[in-house]
Amino acid sequence: MTGAEGGDAHVVLSAITRVYEGRPLDLALARGEFFAVVGPSGCGKSTLLDVIAGLARPTSGTVVFEGARVEGRVPDGVGVVFQEDASFPWLTVHDNIAFGLKYTSVAADEALARVDYAIAFMGLTDFRTAYPAQLSGGMRQRVCIARTLVQKPRLILLDEPFGALDQQTRLLMGDELLRLWRETGATVFLITHALDEAAMLSDRIGVMSARPGRFLEIMETHWPRTRDSTIVGNDDFGRLTSRLWTQLRGESIRALGHAGAVGVNQ
Amino acid sequence: MKWRDPLLLIVVLLLLWQALYFFAGDIALSSPLATMRRLAQMLGDPRFVPHVLETLSAFLQAFVLAVLLGLAIGIALGAHRLTGEVAEPILVALYSIPKVTLYPIILLIFGIGMPAKVAFGTIQGVVPVALFTMNAIRNVNPVFNRTARVQNLSSIAWVRDVLVPATLPEIVTGIRVGFSLALIGTLLGEMFGAQRGLGFLLMQAMSLHNMPNIMAVTLLLVLFAAIVNTALLGIDRRLRRRSGAA
Repeated sequence: MTGAEGGDAHVVLSAITRVYEGRPLDLALARGEFFAVVGPSGCGKSTLLDVIAGLARPTSGTVVFEGARVEGRVPDGVGVVFQEDASFPWLTVHDNIAFGLKYTSVAADEALARVDYAIAFMGLTDFRTAYPAQLSGGMRQRVCIARTLVQKPRLILLDEPFGALDQQTRLLMGDELLRLWRETGATVFLITHALDEAAMLSDRIGVMSARPGRFLEIMETHWPRTRDSTIVGNDDFGRLTSRLWTQLRGESIRALGHAGAVGVNQ
Repeated sequence: MKWRDPLLLIVVLLLLWQALYFFAGDIALSSPLATMRRLAQMLGDPRFVPHVLETLSAFLQAFVLAVLLGLAIGIALGAHRLTGEVAEPILVALYSIPKVTLYPIILLIFGIGMPAKVAFGTIQGVVPVALFTMNAIRNVNPVFNRTARVQNLSSIAWVRDVLVPATLPEIVTGIRVGFSLALIGTLLGEMFGAQRGLGFLLMQAMSLHNMPNIMAVTLLLVLFAAIVNTALLGIDRRLRRRSGAA
């Protein structure tokens, strides 16, 4: 249930425990897969992402990325986009996007070409010399996504990257993310609160329980790789979102500590 | 248009000064024109220039020491949260007490002369630089450090490319406040325990009730403070505007 199909595992989590004091957590992501995690607040989704990224150590268990164990540092080829606005206010849009490339062996002209492409791709051409304070929240998040993508990561970890955006912008950003995913062939691991976002974007969706977090179910969406936000009108999309909510409703109430008050049967 | 408001402010201040002169008379202060004339005379007097240089030298030493010590204390306290939390109330208390009360101790340690003036200026200026630096480091957005970790930045690259630019606006504000206080401290040092410098001249003029000299020296100090403060405020605003804080 938690394994990658076809045996081409890009990331493998084995018997991971940290905040998940209950059962150890196992998961394998296939190369090029789009995997989303949904779950109630405080269930440990973001900590799970930190563990995969190498930003936090698991209490026990191992994370293996491209055959090498992840230990104490973020491996090459892994990019992370955080929920919070991580654009540097003292750098222009161009310099923010180019930030990570300074520390790599990418040649200057290649770096410039990648940044120019990302600026155009993200619709930031008119703002390349602007500072983040002059941009909207959505544009700043696009800058952060672009900063990660110009490094051409093979594994992209996204921690609620669209959390601060309105619904329309989220859908459009989702389309852009899908386009990037298809073009780069990267494996994507997305943490999200939004069930529709998970349902629209992912190949598989891991539904986590309230703390101590564990996977209640891993659902397969069976969407074609060429999908976009128009699938929200699809009947299957509605059924999938409904199924996600059915799984999560009790867990969310449990996480809020309201079960008795609202009389939920669990 | 950028210069219209400051010019207007200067004209209004000069008019108020003139009006006050009309109201209070020669006993209390001299007129703007007479003060400027006196200042021009003093600046042309070879005996006056060494006093200016003495004050300038003492102030620059005090200011540089205040900035360096303030940065060192602020970085140490900002980097270590527990030490910072213990030290902050002590620093705030030190910031609040009138430093003149420490002057006898300074005189006993350094004697009358340049070292006492520098020490007094430094004591005045060091606390705001330390407090602002400490808070700047504490308040660095955690996501910036997480981003640096994702990029696997070396310690040097992290300091140079993340920590310094992230903390600079707040540190410059601390340096601006420290500048004003170091100048006040240096002058107070000269007023109460020196035989040279503008503070000494000011004290001498006060004891002789030489109003034109008092006003001329004060005007020189105000001009110096205003020019440097305007420059620092310009840098401060530029940095803050860029980071969206103003």
